[in-house]
Formats: sequence, C-alpha cells, structure tokens
Amino acid sequence: MKKNRATPEVNAGSMADIAFLLLIFFLVTTTIDTDKGISIRLPPMPEPNQPENNIKLKERNVLKILVNSADQLLVDGKLVTIKELKKTTKNFIDNPAQDPDLAETPQKAVISLKNDRGTSYNIYIQVHNELKAAYNELREAKAQAEYGRPLDKLTQEQADEIRDYYRQVISEAEPEDAGGGN
Amino acid sequence: MKLQKKKKAAPAINTSSLPDIVFMLLFFFMVTTVLRQTDLKVKLVVPQATEIQKLEKKSLVSYIYIGPPSETFRSKFGTAPRIQLNDAFAIPSQVPEFIEKERSARSEAEVPFLTTSIKADRETKMGIVTDVKQELRKANALKLNYSSSLRTEVY
Repeated sequence: MKKNRATPEVNAGSMADIAFLLLIFFLVTTTIDTDKGISIRLPPMPEPNQPENNIKLKERNVLKILVNSADQLLVDGKLVTIKELKKTTKNFIDNPAQDPDLAETPQKAVISLKNDRGTSYNIYIQVHNELKAAYNELREAKAQAEYGRPLDKLTQEQADEIRDYYRQVISEAEPEDAGGGN
Repeated sequence: MKLQKKKKAAPAINTSSLPDIVFMLLFFFMVTTVLRQTDLKVKLVVPQATEIQKLEKKSLVSYIYIGPPSETFRSKFGTAPRIQLNDAFAIPSQVPEFIEKERSARSEAEVPFLTTSIKADRETKMGIVTDVKQELRKANALKLNYSSSLRTEVY
C-alpha cells in the first residue's frame, strides 16, 4: 500500500521562543568586563656591568615620598595624609611662590617614591593615583591657560608640548623591609 | 449627513521575521561573549582610583592575579596572598617564564605592545607585588597596568 501523504509542515511558531531563551541566556552570562587601571612604565633592569650612575639631583628638585608599613606618608620629611598629597605635589611641581625648597622648574621636578614591603597595595595605588592626578590637573590648567581649550581638544603637537612641559618623572626605589607590616 | 464610522479591525502585526531578528541578536551575543579562560583561584577586589585608563587591546594583555587563595584552596594553600598565573598558583620566579610563553603565543610585531596587567587584591602587601615587578623588569616586560575600578569621589 502506498501512502500518499504530503509532508506536514514543521511548526515554526515556537522558534522565536527558543531563540529568545538562548538570547536571554547569553545576555545574562555575558560579562563585558572592561580592563581599566593605572598604567605605568617600569624602568629597565640596569646592565650587570654598568657602572652605577650617581646622577646628583638638587635636593630641592626631588620630592621624597616615603610610605611605611602602617600606610603613613612622609613627604619631604612632613607627615601628610593621602588627601593632601595631590595639593602638595602640585605645589611642588609648579612652585608658584618660587619657594627655594621646591622644584626650580616643572621639568626638573622628580618624584622619588619609596615604600615598605609591608605597605598595603591599596595605599600604593592611591599614591600613584594622586601623583597622576596632580600632573593631569596641571596639564589641564596649562592647556586652558595657553589655548583656552581642554587637553583632549588640542592638536597632537600642542598636547605633546604640554605633556613635555609637565613631564612625569617618578623614580621608585626598591622597598625596604622595615617590618611591622604583618 | 451621516458620518461614516470607520470600523476597521487592527491588523495583526506580522511577526514572521521576529525569529530572524532574535537569531541575529543571539549570534551577536554568542560571538561577542568571551568566556573567562582562567578560573580565578584567588579572591580579589581591585583598588579604586580616579585616574584610570582603558586597556586598548585585550588580546595584547597578559594577566597576573595576586590575592589570598579562595575558600576551596584555603586548606591547602593558607590565607597568605599568592600569585596566580594562568590556572595555577605560582611563585615570583616563574613570572619571566610566563611572560616568555605569552610572547611566543603572539606574532613578533605584537610583542612590543604587550602589556601586563596586575590584578591584585587591595589588601595585599607590597612585598609580593614588588617581587613580581622585579621579575617583570628582568623579563623586560615594562608596560604595566595596575588594574583598578573607578572611584567617583575625588580627594
């Protein structure tokens, strides 16, 4: 016996539901985690037979920041809090009052950072953040003063010139293990 | 004059293309979804900062995780912060080897743009982070990013 049946059409009505279900699954599981953070550039390792270079910097051009294992900050011998660090740094770099103890020019300013092995990572990041914020604010102010526009609206050359005027030099010393941090 | 009252039944919206649209969205999300390749074995909450920059190319970033081992590994590894490279706990001296592997996995032209991202718990002490930093310097991997989340309040 030969069955002569027309092939029944597949019901595609629930297709949308299935697709929606899958879509919602992927929507929920997708985590677009953007990677953000503070970018720094490490200094290269010195060559093994390279003579130690003792570049003498004038005392006034160096801002010494020490962080101990109790997360306290000592900036040029004075105890400061993390909230004051940005202001102190800006004042040091720009030296608007021509203080003989602060940097001669912004280009000569060097920030020396030294921490303890017991310093917490959080405070270390905060210090880096404040230093970066100080430079960014100074650059922004200069961009406004010179060109009347924010830094990201300037041409590449103008922006480079300002970045070079306030060039960020941070020297990090090897941390000491003074203890007391654990 | 009698106003003609329009009595039209609202036409049914044609939904026959709905599956197509949904499938298109589905494929978009399937393609863009990046399943996390590494299982985090350490517990970490990254510090918060205001001056953060976005890492441009994700394929050019290698990650180093630092933090205390998560619950399941605590009995074996204790609670002191550890380094995780790829899927295993590691010691600082293994970092150069890890960097070398990351480099060989990329084409030569991309190597100078490789960035290392340190994802460390905010409670970690600097000792272990410094050890990693020194190893990175030895491996000549100088582009470094301290992973942090955005803080809205400014000091």
